[in-house]
Amino acid sequence: MRDFLGFLKYFIKRLLVSLLVIFIGVSVVFLIPRLVPGANPAEMAIRRLQMSGAYLPAESVEKMKQALLKLYGLEGSLFSQYIRFWREVLRGNLGPSFASFPTPVITLISRSLPWTVGLLALTTILSWFTGTILGGIAGYKNKGVWIRVVEIFSNAVRPIPYYILALLLLILFAYVLGWFPTGGAYQIGLAPTLSWSFLKSVVKYGFLPAISLIIVGVGAWFLNMENLVSNITGEYFVRFARQMGLRDPIILKSYVMRLAMPAQLTGLGLQLGFVFNGTIITEIVFNYPGLGTLIYTAIMQSDYNLVMGTTLFSIVAVALATLIVDLLLPLIDPRIQYVQG
Amino acid sequence: MRAFVNTVRKLFRTDMRFRFGVIALGFLLIFVLLSFFSPYDPRSSYYVPISRPPSLKYLFGTTGRGQDLFWLLTFALKNSLIFGLEVALLSRIIAIITGVVAGYRGGTIIDNVLTLFCDTFVVLPIFPILVFLRLVARGMTFSTLAVVLALFGWPWDARLIRAQVLSLRERKFTLTAVFSGKSIFDLIFSEYLLHILPIVLATTINNMLWSLGLEITLSILGLTPLDIPTMGTVTYWAIQQQAMVTGAWWWILFPIVFIILLFTSLYLLVTSLTSFINPQLRSINMREVGR
Repeated sequence: MRDFLGFLKYFIKRLLVSLLVIFIGVSVVFLIPRLVPGANPAEMAIRRLQMSGAYLPAESVEKMKQALLKLYGLEGSLFSQYIRFWREVLRGNLGPSFASFPTPVITLISRSLPWTVGLLALTTILSWFTGTILGGIAGYKNKGVWIRVVEIFSNAVRPIPYYILALLLLILFAYVLGWFPTGGAYQIGLAPTLSWSFLKSVVKYGFLPAISLIIVGVGAWFLNMENLVSNITGEYFVRFARQMGLRDPIILKSYVMRLAMPAQLTGLGLQLGFVFNGTIITEIVFNYPGLGTLIYTAIMQSDYNLVMGTTLFSIVAVALATLIVDLLLPLIDPRIQYVQG
Repeated sequence: MRAFVNTVRKLFRTDMRFRFGVIALGFLLIFVLLSFFSPYDPRSSYYVPISRPPSLKYLFGTTGRGQDLFWLLTFALKNSLIFGLEVALLSRIIAIITGVVAGYRGGTIIDNVLTLFCDTFVVLPIFPILVFLRLVARGMTFSTLAVVLALFGWPWDARLIRAQVLSLRERKFTLTAVFSGKSIFDLIFSEYLLHILPIVLATTINNMLWSLGLEITLSILGLTPLDIPTMGTVTYWAIQQQAMVTGAWWWILFPIVFIILLFTSLYLLVTSLTSFINPQLRSINMREVGR
């Protein structure tokens, strides 16, 4: 019973953080176009029209402005706008896209989501496991040649901004060497079915984006885990286990790695937002048809609703994913249920 | 002050990372100073022949927009560094105040609320939000962007400072000070600030790495004032005008080399500093992937 209450307390606290993330994120997105001077999307649309050379009499400008204000949900007091905004967000109604009118934003998102989730899930899981295991070995034992190579490599890659790294990979492998295509998710003209040639093409096109994310991810997790483990290895209970004559693999697996796991998993939860950003940038660099490319084309076309919709969606998605990681944590770290908070 | 100089000297002698970081950064700073002697206006274009490869006359070649890449990069580096420093200084103020207050009030409601806010801001996916902000506020200057980034860039460091103050509060000297009638503000300013200074320094550099990375990413997407040269906007124009395809390799190579040099030197400095302060704190660099 006490266990359950402890868990409940932990759960509520984590839930609160996720809800707060959504609340603050959505509120910021609500406030930005209303507080930033000159950022009123209705006026922006009219200005764009006028700039393209269309002559508009004053009264029709005023009429159009009213219609646009209504369309953007910008009429009424700030508070009533806010309530309305939340209602639509909770309903999942993000409005129509303007560039591909009248397709709802949510349809566009759900069309590109599988690519992002696929890339994100695959690379995160792969790099988290690889980095954690290699880092554990590196932190525990004196290093072999390969571990040294990974260590130097991780340190070298780490400070480089991700965009630049992805760009370098693209230039090297797609332009100079020509091993991989310069963009896209599968060969143009292939129908997205479960055929062999389609899958082969997906792997070929996805390889470069995936490998760029994995390089960065493995490096980060490796260094973090190495640091954690080398701290744990100095503890008395590890020395004791050694003196008992336990074999190294057992100590490493059941004593050291196990203790480092919660911190590493918490890191995963905290990093999710950043990992997500990374995926968005990858897609833009490699022209991969996921959320990132959707955002990018929306910027290019000044598709206000689409950018706002993807932003809102990203906030909610990251908050929920973080919550899931947090809820998995007690399964790995039994102490969490007892510690207050 | 003397102790500070001695520490720096010792680090310089013993730590290769520190030595490399300082030397590389020194080189970059000299490069920045050159911008004051530039014969050209950084915002003008088409004043030299376009797309000339590196030569004695044009050290780094010229861009497709008729700019001398060497002088352009001196300005770009200066603007980027100023931008990074602005973000770092502003967000330091928020981080120090939040961290010290939360730490000193450790365990109370104030602490819980502040920590909750930290946790929230850490998770918030800032990149889409920034993209949205830039879309509606096209006319935003780099200084305004710096303020916005500062509003998002403090929570990680506030947590570190909080942890430090939390442990300082348990030390005997805090009790002595409180019992001998020192006010809280006095205690914080005269005692604690000195103790958290090393962390603040390390996180400042770390924060610069983060904000410079975001600046470059946003610029390459074309979301910053593109007429002002920064490391990001220079790269933007190179990509925008297909430098890779037209064979103007120097146009994209030199910005990237300088970006990598800048980030590597800052990174080496921060790892050297943190492992000097406390080896356990090395994990504060965990914000790479999102850049």
